[in-house]
Amino acid sequence: MSSADRNPMPSDLALVAAIRSGNQEAMAALYDRYSSVVYPVALRVLQNTSAAEDVLQDIFLQLWRNPAAFDASRGNMAAWLAVIARHRAIDALRRRKPEDDFENVVLSVQPDLALDADRARAMTKVREAFDAMSPSQRSALEMAYFEGLTHAEIAQKTGEPLGTIKTRIRTALLSLRKVLAV
Amino acid sequence: MSVHEQFAEDLPLYALGTLSEDERFALERHLETCPSCRRELEVMRGDLAVVALSTTGPKPPARSRERLLAAIAEQPRLAAPLAVPTSANALRRASSGWAVLRWAAAAGLILIVTGLIRQNSSLERDLASLKTRFGGQESKLQQANDIVAALVDPESQKVELVAAGNKPQPRGKAIYQRRNRSLIFFASNLPPLPREKIYELWLFPSSGGAPIAAGLFKPDGNGSATVVNPPLPEGVAARNFAVTLEPESGSHESPRGTPVIMGIGE
Repeated sequence: MSSADRNPMPSDLALVAAIRSGNQEAMAALYDRYSSVVYPVALRVLQNTSAAEDVLQDIFLQLWRNPAAFDASRGNMAAWLAVIARHRAIDALRRRKPEDDFENVVLSVQPDLALDADRARAMTKVREAFDAMSPSQRSALEMAYFEGLTHAEIAQKTGEPLGTIKTRIRTALLSLRKVLAV
Repeated sequence: MSVHEQFAEDLPLYALGTLSEDERFALERHLETCPSCRRELEVMRGDLAVVALSTTGPKPPARSRERLLAAIAEQPRLAAPLAVPTSANALRRASSGWAVLRWAAAAGLILIVTGLIRQNSSLERDLASLKTRFGGQESKLQQANDIVAALVDPESQKVELVAAGNKPQPRGKAIYQRRNRSLIFFASNLPPLPREKIYELWLFPSSGGAPIAAGLFKPDGNGSATVVNPPLPEGVAARNFAVTLEPESGSHESPRGTPVIMGIGE
């Protein structure tokens, strides 16, 4: 029997349940498991380590205060936290009050990406999808998703017509869908 | 291009949060009555979640962990939530003619909307008959949407008639169709919310499983409120619905507060 069999890692739901009862060690374990998901997203958006650390702190502290905000029906925890990190980082970037409560973030992610191997496969597919996009499509999608720009702002920044930007974003998302659906 | 197709084209922009406020508001109204767009949006959000999850970069510095642990040590959590009794305070069934008519109209509209949407999907597969039938169906669907919109619009005046001399009691009506996860809930005469509290609608599965959160809401000045198609799991048969008073910023995984109104399936 391996050591992993003797001491299986607690599931996300088990950790959340322990956090609900005030277990600080469980909170630390959840942080150790997912801070490496949250922080890179915040850093990618904010391009500032100090601001990204603030977002990281804010998200896990809110999870400590309200662990019931996460339940399995809202999607797997890694993807859920990544999306919340993106939302909160863009809110910080645009210096606005957070728009979404944790409770409002519901995801449908197939397959379940709880396992590292599944996540690694998904990351490979996302890279394939981005490589297959034209540079202008990729740039429009990245400006919208990681910079939080509206399509009007992207049009202004690039000097392209609004309709062109909309089409690029739609096409980029369709390309992503095709690759992830395989 | 149909109204539905125009909205469907904007879904990627909505999923990314790049629509203007007016465009977003219009699309959200459409989403309230369009299950296929809601499903499509869910898939897009899932795809975008994978994009976020695929972001690579350095690990956070060790000081972030220390800072978090110091912060949570200063904020000990409270005890676990209380269960909600399911047999108390049963909601009295609506008895006034007005209420019966309103609920019947709303139930009928749900069936009309659902039927029309299903028909429209079929029409899309059959382009030959689309030209002759879709115009009429779209007009009816728009008409039904307008009526539903009027029912749920917070600006609409809602007056409940009761026997003269009787004080209006809090009441609610949930119209639920589990096949397509449609739920419309109306409430009236609800007491004003205490500070930092919010009402929450719950679906109690007939399987006896844990209650499912079906939407947070605040009543208007007259105590009226509406919840339309909250996110719900598929195929859950409902034994009961209830509204509880919950902390505005607290847990919504299971009911904590005392039921304000409660009913039984019809």
